[in-house]
Amino acid sequence: MTETRQPARYTEYHPRWYRSRVSTWWWLARWPYLKFILREISSVFVAWFVLVLLLQIRALSRGSEAYAAFERWLQNPLIVLLNLITLFFVVLHAVTWFNVAPRAMAVRFRGKRVPDLWIVGANYAAWAAVSLVLAWFLVRS
Amino acid sequence: MAKQSNEPVLWALFSAGGVFAAFVIPVHLFLLGLAFPLGWIPAPGYEYLHALVRLPLARLYVFALCFLALFHWAHRFRYTLYDGLQIKHLNELIFSCCYGGAILGTVWAGYLLWNFR
Repeated sequence: MTETRQPARYTEYHPRWYRSRVSTWWWLARWPYLKFILREISSVFVAWFVLVLLLQIRALSRGSEAYAAFERWLQNPLIVLLNLITLFFVVLHAVTWFNVAPRAMAVRFRGKRVPDLWIVGANYAAWAAVSLVLAWFLVRS
Repeated sequence: MAKQSNEPVLWALFSAGGVFAAFVIPVHLFLLGLAFPLGWIPAPGYEYLHALVRLPLARLYVFALCFLALFHWAHRFRYTLYDGLQIKHLNELIFSCCYGGAILGTVWAGYLLWNFR
């Protein structure tokens, strides 16, 4: 072996000096990383929903003609597509949020920890109930 | 970066907004963004919605939703940019843009709802 004959060059041992370069696209490397980033990106769509809601409030405040224009804007195919994508992300947010709920709140009953599945189940039941109540307020023909 | 002492408050807002958003935004978005515009479900009329938003409780609800959801976005998006793009030298700018955006949105929501006629 030729390498062994070369003069050895030593580096002092400084573990903290070593940082391997991480690509900007590290989150594309594995599915769990991508899932993490998609979950975090859902927040952008939460903000988009707030914007749509505030535009609706503004249109309602300005009168029936402004509101009709707002309703036509919502029918624009690009906006519909964006809202379809938004629905995917806000449901992703809700599902991932409820699934980690047992880790955020460790509920105890008679000294025993309530099983995770019950807490997740209670969250989904509450989600369904809240959705029904809101739909009852909003669906009026 | 912010002072350490701000972090618990910002995290609490993020968390509260996350809960609020998870429970109510999917149904709101499904109805407002898809079911009504596409005619799957008849849309509520202007008069009805206007009367609904005139109720102080409804306006308080919309305000709380906007405020908390925007701070939820600010916190989560800030860390997504920190982690995802590795642009440490821009951290202060990201911080200002995220929370500044959330504050502006909250003020706009307050203005619209307070002056709702």
